[in-house]
Amino acid sequence: MSVPDISPDRRRFLKDAARMAGGCMLAGGGLAWLARDARALPAQALRPPGALAEAAFLSACIRCGLCVRECPYDTLVLAELGSDGPATGTPYFIARDVPCEMCEDIPCVAACPTGALDPALDDIDDARMGTAVLVDQENCLNFQGLRCDVCYRVCPVIDEAITLDVSHNTRSGHHAMFIPTVHADHCTGCGMCEKSCVLPEAAIKVLPLRMARATPAEHYRKGWEEKDAKGGPVVEGIIDLPDRLPGPGTDNLATPGGFEPAFKLPGTGQ
Amino acid sequence: MSARTRMPVGLEARQKKGWIGANRYLLLRRTSQLFFLMLFLLGPWFGIWIVQGTLAGSLTLGVLPLTDPFIALQSLVAGHLPATSALVGALIVLGVYAVLGGRVYCSWVCPINPVTDAAHWLHVKLGLSKGWQPKRQTRLWVMATALLVSALAGTVAWELVNPVTMVHRGLVFGMGAAWGMVAAIFVFDLVVSRRGWCGHVCPVGAFYGLLGHKSVVRISAAQRSACDDCMDCYAVCPEQQVISPALKGKPGSSPLILSPDCTNCGRCIDVCAMDVFNFTHRFDDRVDDRPDPLTAPAGRIA
Ligand code: SF4
Ligand code: SF4
Ligand code: SF4
Ligand code: SF4
Ligand code: SF4
Repeated sequence: MSVPDISPDRRRFLKDAARMAGGCMLAGGGLAWLARDARALPAQALRPPGALAEAAFLSACIRCGLCVRECPYDTLVLAELGSDGPATGTPYFIARDVPCEMCEDIPCVAACPTGALDPALDDIDDARMGTAVLVDQENCLNFQGLRCDVCYRVCPVIDEAITLDVSHNTRSGHHAMFIPTVHADHCTGCGMCEKSCVLPEAAIKVLPLRMARATPAEHYRKGWEEKDAKGGPVVEGIIDLPDRLPGPGTDNLATPGGFEPAFKLPGTGQ
Repeated sequence: MSARTRMPVGLEARQKKGWIGANRYLLLRRTSQLFFLMLFLLGPWFGIWIVQGTLAGSLTLGVLPLTDPFIALQSLVAGHLPATSALVGALIVLGVYAVLGGRVYCSWVCPINPVTDAAHWLHVKLGLSKGWQPKRQTRLWVMATALLVSALAGTVAWELVNPVTMVHRGLVFGMGAAWGMVAAIFVFDLVVSRRGWCGHVCPVGAFYGLLGHKSVVRISAAQRSACDDCMDCYAVCPEQQVISPALKGKPGSSPLILSPDCTNCGRCIDVCAMDVFNFTHRFDDRVDDRPDPLTAPAGRIA
């Protein structure tokens, strides 16, 4: 078979088309790389209340800035190309700069024309912009037995999203410690706690859900739940062995009446 | 060609119609560009909230939503059906430009146009060479690529780099990196490619061009018989390929500039000393046969 005749016009057309396609692959590749890059939202950048999950949000938000305009506290800002991390033009906030004040009427969501901020969010307490995590127990003042309590006090969902859990202060021996404890079921991720932390760098930080939350251990079947569900012991006829409590008749030597075990484990050095 | 082709562009028109007359549409266009920009800036600068938002999406007087249809389309192919407000906004914009001419957006609204016009002005002043001139369809390819990447990456892809909305957002919300974008486009048009950005690359302009394919408002070279080949219209037209079919068409052919590339800037009307061009609608293909100026008794001094 001979080479089919290709007219010069057709040849030029094919050449041009190939060149265009090549150029577009290159440009498109660059654009796709940028798009991928912008997906890795920095950890401190939080989306406004009601924002769809990040992947869906990026397809929905037209970067108009109407949410930013409606925010009475100037919480939200629009990302700039490259320098900020979030996809160019999309709204976000940094809790430590300006947290979300959790407006009752959620004006940012009402302003969004696209549904990138889900209009189904009608109670700001249901917002999940992130979850607060007390990331640095070693520097948190309450963890040192002091009564700072600031994060707890500023929380708009006080006593639900964050509680002070009392425990024994082992250092002083006779004081209590009031441990700020976040309950993710109620935390909106507003960032008030992070903003107000008195330390130069906050010990409590709002992290995006993807970083703050684990997924439940679905492959575990919890004995107590199974037992409740069944209404009786999971395995029938199991013998209940005596627990090793201190006291007479056990191998606990520290207690009067304790006895030497019949054999020693090798290497225990006793 | 006559010696007139070597006269400064537009000089003859200025002599004949006066400076204002020879720059009428240019002045109107700059006024319009400023007007649309100020609508957006009155709020953030002076607290007068007529329009909120940016060219990507806005709300006028709290009731009228407007959405850039190209952005809405990218969102759509990325897998999100915009909520009613944004959809209605996009349809309104689609409708307006489908009638007025898609690329009216380019010459009367877009904030990048003054930048590329300035670059072109300097380009001509410095007598620089054309530089890289990719095919006109390049922008259509860029547009298709932007849509493809949007679909594949699930994001409004062109908005990651779009200088139009980036600069507009910069003006409305505070510049920053957007100045770099302005500078980059200016330099690109000045030294890399004459009329390169708007004429060959920008997919937004390409989209609006497609949108205005059947638009009603058109430029007509109705008095083409009066044309004395000074070539000034070609020199000022940002899409000069659109002129010939209308101006140099065979007798009986339409004098209308029907190419969707025409931006309806009206600059050709301005610079033509013979008043060949005028604004009209696409159903008006009258050709007025005035006497040939060169053979007419009162022909001008060349
Ligand atoms: S809820 Fe209020 S403070 Fe928070 S981002 Fe929205 S508008 Fe701003
Ligand atoms: S209002 Fe909605 S679409 Fe506009 S920038 Fe905010 S989130 Fe994006
Ligand atoms: S982020 Fe902090 S202040 Fe806001 S709800 Fe959660 S615990 Fe409370
Ligand atoms: S081609 Fe693009 S940048 Fe140029 S005026 Fe039109 S929309 Fe603006
Ligand atoms: S033909 Fe005239 S109106 Fe159209 S783009 Fe060219 S100069 Fe402007």
